[in-house]
Amino acid sequence: MSSSQTEVATRKEAPKRPFDVERVRADFPALHQNIKGKPLVYLDNAASAQKPRQVLDAMMRLYSHDYANIHRGVHELSQRATKAYENARLKALRFVNAASDREIIFVRGTTEGINLVAQTYGRVNVGEGDEVLITHMEHHSNIVPWQMLCGEKRAHLKVVPIDDRGDMDMDAFKRLLGPRTKIVSLAHVSNALGTINPVRTVVELAHERGVPVLIDGAQAAPHLGIDVAALGCDFYTISGHKMFGPSGVGVLYGKEAILEKMPPYQGGGDMIASVTFEKTTYNRLPFRFEAGTPNIAGVVGLGAAMDYLTEIGLDAISAYEEELLDYGTERLRSVPGLRLIGEARHKASVLSFVLDGVHPHDIGTILDQEGIAVRTGHHCAQPVMDRFGVPATARASLALYNTREEIDRLVSGLHTVREVFGLN
Amino acid sequence: MNDSLRELYQEVILDHSKSPRNFRVPEGASRQAKGYNPLCGDRITLFVDVEGGIVRNIGFQGAGCAISTASASMMTEAMKGKTEAEVEKLFNAFHALVTGKSGLVGEESLGKLAVFAGVRDYPVRVKCATLAWHTLKAALAQQEEAVSTE
Repeated sequence: MSSSQTEVATRKEAPKRPFDVERVRADFPALHQNIKGKPLVYLDNAASAQKPRQVLDAMMRLYSHDYANIHRGVHELSQRATKAYENARLKALRFVNAASDREIIFVRGTTEGINLVAQTYGRVNVGEGDEVLITHMEHHSNIVPWQMLCGEKRAHLKVVPIDDRGDMDMDAFKRLLGPRTKIVSLAHVSNALGTINPVRTVVELAHERGVPVLIDGAQAAPHLGIDVAALGCDFYTISGHKMFGPSGVGVLYGKEAILEKMPPYQGGGDMIASVTFEKTTYNRLPFRFEAGTPNIAGVVGLGAAMDYLTEIGLDAISAYEEELLDYGTERLRSVPGLRLIGEARHKASVLSFVLDGVHPHDIGTILDQEGIAVRTGHHCAQPVMDRFGVPATARASLALYNTREEIDRLVSGLHTVREVFGLN
Repeated sequence: MNDSLRELYQEVILDHSKSPRNFRVPEGASRQAKGYNPLCGDRITLFVDVEGGIVRNIGFQGAGCAISTASASMMTEAMKGKTEAEVEKLFNAFHALVTGKSGLVGEESLGKLAVFAGVRDYPVRVKCATLAWHTLKAALAQQEEAVSTE
């Protein structure tokens, strides 16, 4: 990624409305507090992001005025809650650019989205000797559900390797995409490395072979505009909590023609049309995949988060974050003994690193004393750690509300780490 | 740098983390156990040679943060020549120290190990400080399954 003056200047002019980070920060109450006597610098966004008051207000409004169970109530409150819930579905439809509200299934998060596909589409379509293709940079949530399926079906989990920069090996991908491949499942953006995968090309190549593609969009949704129509993917799944919405809620998008043929996931209320002890008829899409009373307030909060991001504009957010990432990359490289893990050509705002002579966990503790929140550990991506030969990394992950001053605080904190360890 | 950090990362601790003592597989080790801290990926394998109820030799291998490495290193130094009953006593005293309950036991019995008192201000680091100790207990009990702090 270039950080030349002219390119940065051009990017700055690109958004129609100027991106005002101070105005954005004012929307997030949690950012305005001191930790250990110092203003909080929150750089753990890839684990979970903070919430704007627009999301908090929407949930508070629902619980304070419009709350009841949805879909079957004849009374006023149930109708209001149903309207709020189904409105959020329309917001999600527009957010990912789906063709119909029948393609939007509310789930607990990306993890459940992937498990749902593995346990329904997967159990029907993957058999003995078949293959499921993932990449080496997947989060455990995009490894384990497929391992479980492959174990049950005596199928094989195939893994596309990544190079030293953290880019997936596209030649290997083409080779591994074989006659027995039944589904490809990969991250849009890697949580541990920040790599933005060439998902559009992946979908094209897979579709040439008639293989469907699931995209784990957990790390993409807060940073990039999502357009499932343009990507052509068969499934796309996101988590609310990483995109400034509540935890415990997310979306699984699936192409209607595929969802129609899938067996139900969980059985229960709301997913049925009629039940007798002899026979149950399942509800239509998308309700067939939403058994039980859902996370109503969570869905409403997620809808508000989507509105929030759309109003600011994901193009403006991406441009701002790219500039911030370039700045952070350059500043971190100035710290002696620091090695960035993940330097893909196209990256989202994740800065994973190790520091010579200091374990990431000690970095995390010392930065916390400076009021700086980073993640340390394997980031639920142990195979990535093994690939780069490190037990863990420290990870600063940026969001739309972070600033250059906060990156300066991080760098200064890292100098303190070196001081504590007598490395200066 | 604040006092709390200086208290946690004392010179002795940094020294042991950079040059851990008994960082080897000792000869004649009759018992061993593995410990794992999934939170930060610390892994340790502990080797002990126990004869007549006394720790004759002890060593460890693995990779971890400064606190867990220094704790393992200083623990192995403290354990040589101890009876199993004394090991148990030290374990309890150390655990009380790092969890801030040392008033109950008394720090004096811990000698050099008292430098870990700073850990009490960092509850999430207690697991780092105690990983080697739990692993030693497992080795003495000849427990085969790896110790996990989670």
